[in-house]
Amino acid sequence: MRVSLFVTCLADQVWPSAAVGAVRVLRRVGCAVDFDERQTCCGQPAFNTGYRPEARALAQRFIEIFEAGAPDAIVSPSGSCTAMVRHYADLFEDDGWRARAKAVAERTYELSDFLVNRLGVEDVDATFAGRLTWHDACHGLRDLGLQREPRRLLRHVRGAELVELPNAESCCGFGGTFSLKHPEISVAMLDEKVDAIERAAVDAVVSGDASCLLQIGGRLSRRGSRVRALHLADVLAATA
Amino acid sequence: MTFEADARAALSDVQLRGALRQAATLFAEKRRAAMATAPDWEGARDRARAIKDETLLHLDRYLAQFTANAERAGARTHWARDAAEACEIIGRIADQRGARTIVKSKSMATEEIDLNTALARRGIEPIETDLGEYIIQLAGETPSHIVAPAIHKTRGQIAALFAEKLGIAPSDDAAALTAAARQALRRRFAEADLGISGVNFAVAETGTILILENEGNARLTTSLPHTHIALMGIEKVIPRFADLEVFLQLLPRSGTGQVLTAYQSLLTGVKRHPDDEGPDELHIVLLDNGRSRMLRAPVTRQSLACIRCGACLNVCPVYRQIGGHAYGSVYPGPIGAILTPQLIGIERAAHLPYASSLCGACRDVCPVKIDIPAVLLHLRAEAIAQRAGTSRFFERRAFRAYAAVMARPRLYEWVMRVARALHFTPPLRAWTKWRDLRPLAPRSFREEWRAGLGRETDPWSPL
Repeated sequence: MRVSLFVTCLADQVWPSAAVGAVRVLRRVGCAVDFDERQTCCGQPAFNTGYRPEARALAQRFIEIFEAGAPDAIVSPSGSCTAMVRHYADLFEDDGWRARAKAVAERTYELSDFLVNRLGVEDVDATFAGRLTWHDACHGLRDLGLQREPRRLLRHVRGAELVELPNAESCCGFGGTFSLKHPEISVAMLDEKVDAIERAAVDAVVSGDASCLLQIGGRLSRRGSRVRALHLADVLAATA
Repeated sequence: MTFEADARAALSDVQLRGALRQAATLFAEKRRAAMATAPDWEGARDRARAIKDETLLHLDRYLAQFTANAERAGARTHWARDAAEACEIIGRIADQRGARTIVKSKSMATEEIDLNTALARRGIEPIETDLGEYIIQLAGETPSHIVAPAIHKTRGQIAALFAEKLGIAPSDDAAALTAAARQALRRRFAEADLGISGVNFAVAETGTILILENEGNARLTTSLPHTHIALMGIEKVIPRFADLEVFLQLLPRSGTGQVLTAYQSLLTGVKRHPDDEGPDELHIVLLDNGRSRMLRAPVTRQSLACIRCGACLNVCPVYRQIGGHAYGSVYPGPIGAILTPQLIGIERAAHLPYASSLCGACRDVCPVKIDIPAVLLHLRAEAIAQRAGTSRFFERRAFRAYAAVMARPRLYEWVMRVARALHFTPPLRAWTKWRDLRPLAPRSFREEWRAGLGRETDPWSPL
């Protein structure tokens, strides 16, 4: 299986271990991984804030780049950016672009979706000692319908114990520019999440989106918590 | 912007947040339990949406059919283009009947047109008879929830309010408070000259209106006074009587977590014989007020499928934190954030589409599957394209610069490398006041890739 990695700008610059981890895990399960260095950002910040022309230009770039090389699949360590690609067709009126957008979207997968649903792999031979909890990032959960997939992968990690948060499915309050436009509401939402994480007495909170992890991790560290924020790929890549 | 200030005030109101958390959680639990009693919940959602879509595509036809059949049954129908016209029509009918006291059952449409203010200006006293509406009328407030208008109030606050306004002994006992309200309201029912209600559904093929409620006050409002005026948004019409079956499954379960409300009043025209129940006169006022504009495109049209259950408010993490009033909109929460900008114009409500983290919980819970996040995104694009709301001087430039950089991978890499080398921290006080900001990684992924990851083939190399 030839996989083209859609790294996302956030993972590229702020959470590269998620992308490195994704590469290692994909290779481990037998995929050949390629990375096209022309890729930058999928345009989601512009799209979500209402800047459609800017988002459209970046969507066109993305489609052109990921059409090249005709990979079997495009895989990303982000549910949110994957969901953005699935929305691409809505940005275009032109039938040609809509068709191209749909074709690229159909081949684009979030990492856990790709592993579990496309490859049928739940055990990626990972070892990670610790008590973990899963935060459902909204777009992975509600736009892509991924709920069991990451949990199945984590349950197969040797040494890891997975515990559920009562509010695992509640939004962490990030919401892109929402976190800056309405920081107080954002943090009020976040604190409910962080309170639950601390009550769960876990070693790490794991999620599928670097954006949520910045939000949750940033608050955990500000509150002096010892709980770490980890990307799903960080955990799945760990072997000892 | 007042939204920011109002939201901040709400966040520091401990009583409000306690009341909200308790009520929203209770609603959500009851809804889940009630949902489980429906034989095919997902199927019902799809059927309801299909009925709404079909109706909205041919709204003119169904409205004509509805008004013709309602008139045939003895009702009078009136068309109101906007809030002012609707208030004028209702006020004129009230004046012609010499009405001094009017009893009202719960209606968000009357809130939308601010009917009570218009009636008061004519020297008419409107009395809200729904318990929640009565509470907020006594308190001089507006509803903070479309189903539970006084959801923001604690029992203690209501006890104090009743002690002050109704002159009863302060009591925390819900039964005692309800009894006091009932006693005060029964008197008003007896003296009312006219009753005003909303409408949950209007059946085109029979000219029937349906009103759902739990307190019996709507039944009294629509049957005791000689004249009944019903105000309905034009989107309330459904084609067939049999369609009610699916909506009656969805609305009570989604709204209050009930399998069915205590009362369902099906009203077709006026009484035919003197000893029949019901009013001598029924006026149905059909309100547009911006709705027909939403029919133009599918993305906005779906907003009119809303059956006003309020489930999206109960699950919304933003609503749960700040309550309804902070939105500064008659319709609060996710549905309000898409309805109000379309009803009153994006330039007057540009902040509303941004009062959301786009988490999508509203879409999942919506009984008629309105894709609220998609409409929010559409309205955000409209706000930017029409330069509505705040100036966004820096934001516009920032997004232009972002798009320019992101279109050039080498420039992007260079910019990020410089930022890293200078240990640049963006001026994001809005972030860093509460949260630590994770620094840029020492090495970007693409640098890792070039440095060897891209050529690695050993699948077992440790991280």
